[in-house]
Amino acid sequence: MQQEQSEKALFELSNISKQFPGVKALDAVNFRLFPGEVHALLGENGAGKSTLVKIMTGVLPKDSGSIQLQQQEISPSNTAEAQKLGIAPVYQEVNLLPNLSVAHNLFLGREPTRFGCIRWQQMAEDARQLLKRFKLNIDVTESLSHYSVAIQQLVAIARGVAMNAKVLVLDEPTASLDSSEVDTLFDILRQLKSEGIAILFITHFLEQVYQISDRITVLRSGKLIGEYPITDLPRGKLIEAMLGQELQQVTGEQTEATEPAKREPLLTVSNATVPHSVDDVSLTVNKGEAVGMAGLLGSGRTEVCRALFGIDTLKSGEIKIRQQPVTLNQPADAMQQGIALCPEDRKTDGIIGPLSIRENIALALQVQAGWWRYISPEKQRTLANQYIESFHIATPDSEKPIEELSGGNQQKVILARWLAISPQLLILDEPTRGIDIGAHAEIIKLIKSLCDEGMSLLVASSELEELVAFANRVVVMRDHRKVAELQGAELSSQSIMHSIAEV
Amino acid sequence: MIARRFVPLLATFSLLVVMFIIGGFQFEGFASFQVVTNLLTDNAFLLVVALGMTLVILSGGIDLSVGAVVALSGVLCAVLISEYQWPPLLVFPLVLVIGTLFGTLMGSLIYFYKLQPFIVTLAGMFFARGLATTISEESVGIEHPLYYAVADSGIALPGNAWLPSYAIIVLAVLAGLFLLTHYSRFGGYVYAIGGNSQSAALMGVPIARSTIGIYAMSSFLAAFAGILYTFYTFSGYALTGIGMELDAIAAVVIGGTLLTGGSGYILGTLLGVMLMGIIHTYIIFEGSLNSWWARIAIGLLLFVFIALQKVLNRSSQRG
Amino acid sequence: MNTETSHSFAERLLKSRYIWPLAALLLMLIFNLLLDASFLDIHFDNGRFYGNPIDILHRSAPVALLAIGMTVVIATGGIDLSVGAVMAIAGAVCANLLVATDVSLFTVLVAGIASGLLCGLINGALVSYMGIQPIIATLLLMVTGRGIAQLLNDGQIVTFQHAGFSWLGSGTLLGIPVTIWLVLLVFIISQLMLRRTALGLFVEAVGCNSSASRYLGINDRTVKLMAYLLTGFCAALAGIISAADINGSDANNVGLWLELDAILAVVLGGAALSGGRFSIPLSLLGVLIIQTLNTTIMVSGMPSKLNLLIKALAVVLVLLLQSDIFRKQISGLAGKWRHS
Repeated sequence: MQQEQSEKALFELSNISKQFPGVKALDAVNFRLFPGEVHALLGENGAGKSTLVKIMTGVLPKDSGSIQLQQQEISPSNTAEAQKLGIAPVYQEVNLLPNLSVAHNLFLGREPTRFGCIRWQQMAEDARQLLKRFKLNIDVTESLSHYSVAIQQLVAIARGVAMNAKVLVLDEPTASLDSSEVDTLFDILRQLKSEGIAILFITHFLEQVYQISDRITVLRSGKLIGEYPITDLPRGKLIEAMLGQELQQVTGEQTEATEPAKREPLLTVSNATVPHSVDDVSLTVNKGEAVGMAGLLGSGRTEVCRALFGIDTLKSGEIKIRQQPVTLNQPADAMQQGIALCPEDRKTDGIIGPLSIRENIALALQVQAGWWRYISPEKQRTLANQYIESFHIATPDSEKPIEELSGGNQQKVILARWLAISPQLLILDEPTRGIDIGAHAEIIKLIKSLCDEGMSLLVASSELEELVAFANRVVVMRDHRKVAELQGAELSSQSIMHSIAEV
Repeated sequence: MIARRFVPLLATFSLLVVMFIIGGFQFEGFASFQVVTNLLTDNAFLLVVALGMTLVILSGGIDLSVGAVVALSGVLCAVLISEYQWPPLLVFPLVLVIGTLFGTLMGSLIYFYKLQPFIVTLAGMFFARGLATTISEESVGIEHPLYYAVADSGIALPGNAWLPSYAIIVLAVLAGLFLLTHYSRFGGYVYAIGGNSQSAALMGVPIARSTIGIYAMSSFLAAFAGILYTFYTFSGYALTGIGMELDAIAAVVIGGTLLTGGSGYILGTLLGVMLMGIIHTYIIFEGSLNSWWARIAIGLLLFVFIALQKVLNRSSQRG
Repeated sequence: MNTETSHSFAERLLKSRYIWPLAALLLMLIFNLLLDASFLDIHFDNGRFYGNPIDILHRSAPVALLAIGMTVVIATGGIDLSVGAVMAIAGAVCANLLVATDVSLFTVLVAGIASGLLCGLINGALVSYMGIQPIIATLLLMVTGRGIAQLLNDGQIVTFQHAGFSWLGSGTLLGIPVTIWLVLLVFIISQLMLRRTALGLFVEAVGCNSSASRYLGINDRTVKLMAYLLTGFCAALAGIISAADINGSDANNVGLWLELDAILAVVLGGAALSGGRFSIPLSLLGVLIIQTLNTTIMVSGMPSKLNLLIKALAVVLVLLLQSDIFRKQISGLAGKWRHS
């Protein structure tokens, strides 16, 4: 019995396909999970990892294919159903209830009751017992928001285990944990593994993959590249499998980034500090130079971008533009100084969804002109059409609401919006996140040509290959601080990785 | 060190005590046991409505229809009992069922069509008020033996105080709501939805059932309060309870429930109602102040508590 | 050339957002014409026009003013429930000044408008600077405001005699009621301010996505504050013409329930309550629908108390028609029906 189970997959997805408007997100993908293994699902942004996870946890319906749990065909139509079947997801942003106590979070919907009344004491006791397995000794009656993200994540895993999960789906669980917290998490995963639970692990930290995983499945552009035992796939091969040919072409033209002879500084930041987000950061961006900024989520790279655009104000330190000290209290101040920012979260901070492409492009220019100098719809249209043509934005006309475009085209519109005010410094925060490979290449090409035209760029990105491809220098952030500045021969994705990982 | 979420509650309690002491020093007979029981009896219907509102606000919603539902159920009772001669014991369940269905309908519109609670319940308010006016524009008196019997019954308390029977019913409702909110799974779901309804859904909370249940409960309690009100006034009138929704919201917020949902206490709402009641009592004792001063005072108090919530929230996010 | 433009005009009309509200209005007018063939007749008598159309326009003036402000507030993603109470305050301020003092009409009007702007400032500050939800922030003033108006009036209905002031509510200019001219004036000014400058675009941007607007350098707080100032102004003006119409200030009843009428008008005009795209002409079309409905109920002899009921149902119906889920269900049902 035991043997038979270990030979057959506990959880098997076969020939899963999913079509989104304009994109084939998944194309006949297979994925297997055996009991008692940690299986890493890897791929670049847009490879289809999150779509696959959403399908197996019941968030999205599949177009075709089959899902089997213990040889039984299942089709969970929502997360609650998937959880009942034994598939428990744990997300990067913890999806628990911060306002409820830890114990209540663990037992919500399954509280111990007597005569219909919840027995709070009993529940707290049960919670303590459960968390003991996770070596968590915390006050379970305190609300969850009281605790760090790391503890919240462990509580989320504990909840899954308590609900008799057979399959744990961990989507970037380590993104906001420090190294000792990661060690604790991995200890617990090893223990769960020994208890026969199958664990799906998604991460972008490759070293962690080798620390904990037994097998790796790689996806690229919605297609299955392969399933490998960990020993068969050394790091170099893994990266090759993940990046494939397409990106090679993009990076193929790299390294021509001519070392600027001697350029005058456009932006000088000295000892900038924003409480809780930026700690004593200094950096320079020269005219016509592209500076990259690397670091993990929460390392402070987005926060530096925000401070430079006047969204967060400095508590101390100085920002100079063309050697002149400036105060940036609001985005309008930054725009006055010729600074533009394409924000990280395109959906909430970038696009104005229901408005047309025309209006989305014209808005920054309109803000700069002032509300009383109205740019007429005709002029807006001319401006928009110009960019639609030169950036190859896929749309019938400029009146289409921006929310109906694909991610890549939306990003091009946002870029157009800022280029319309002819900024001297363009800050791009994760410009290629969630963008298909074609638009990706176009945007990288655009960044390069802007540099050649003499514009200065500061680009924050978690895609190291991308940074290496176009940046003259790369600033590495960790724990809100600048920890390294790499250029010339020392600039490679390996060296950036080393600086990020504190090796 | 007191937990931050208890601060508004403590503030309300202190204010209540301070008002009571000030009133006691200023006026003879203010600090009497009778005034306390009167606080309970005079605000019984408001307390019942506010208890329902507590559930709604805990879930992150709002119910603007309660005052109108109070009026509608009062008018229904009065017309059916006085004009159609139906027995009250048949009328009350019927009115409660109508109220519950009304709330179920509003909850369904909110949940299934993702409409904003305020506009749905605003429409509900106009609908219920319109229905009440259509049934009878005049105040309808109720003459029924049951009403006299209930009015005369009660418990004598020490200190010459008298607790009428319907105040006892209200205390029972309070106890029931306390258990429902703090000791039932449904109560947990209410907090969960108010905390983050998406997460709650992911954690398997039955959002549809709970959301509809919350609004059904609120309307049920409002209908119940409408029945109570007929015992208080011996009549039903389509214009009763105008502005009661704000009083109820104010009581809930002053009682320490977060307007954004997810945090609060049933007993806090009791304190909130008592504090508002004592302001009214003070103004009556004062004599020279007009009753609309109470409106303004409660508005200001509500504002102060909302501001307090904002400040506490902000400092907790930073800390 | 001419036919070509008219052709494209008809085509555009069919696609435009005007088609449904216009159809509703026409339907109601036709219903009325069937009841009474002279429904739309206008005649000239004693230097002024009379007739149902004039009457509808005149009576809809307060709601029309409220709807202009409400359109913009809703476009920013907010709501103003206090407009009725603000009408009461502005009316009370003017009435008391007229009764108790000798100040000029101009001063009275300035004081009335200023009281409305102050209310708008309070609402706007609560919403944009304290971050209180618009429903709650304006609910505060909705109830407190009537108390304040009562206080000003000392609980009485304050009546006054002032020909100049009354002219604003019941007088005529060129044979047409002054109220209609006032609405037209406010409409034209607000339309010019919003559509011939970038303000309208900024309002829509803030309403669609206030965070992204901030990243664009738009001061979303100021935009929201301005919107509440506008509703305060419009409500005050509505309060003034209402007081002028009855030569008195009745703090309990003036503007009662009108907040729903104004919201309903905006919703009938097709604007989403979640904010974003707005159109003042469409909202005014919504106002006309509501007032024609009122008049229809009156003329056809139905009890006027049905008004509240019908409006409540209309709000829910329009919201449902706007909801994607409902539309899908309807088209699904229609599909099934066709198959069977």
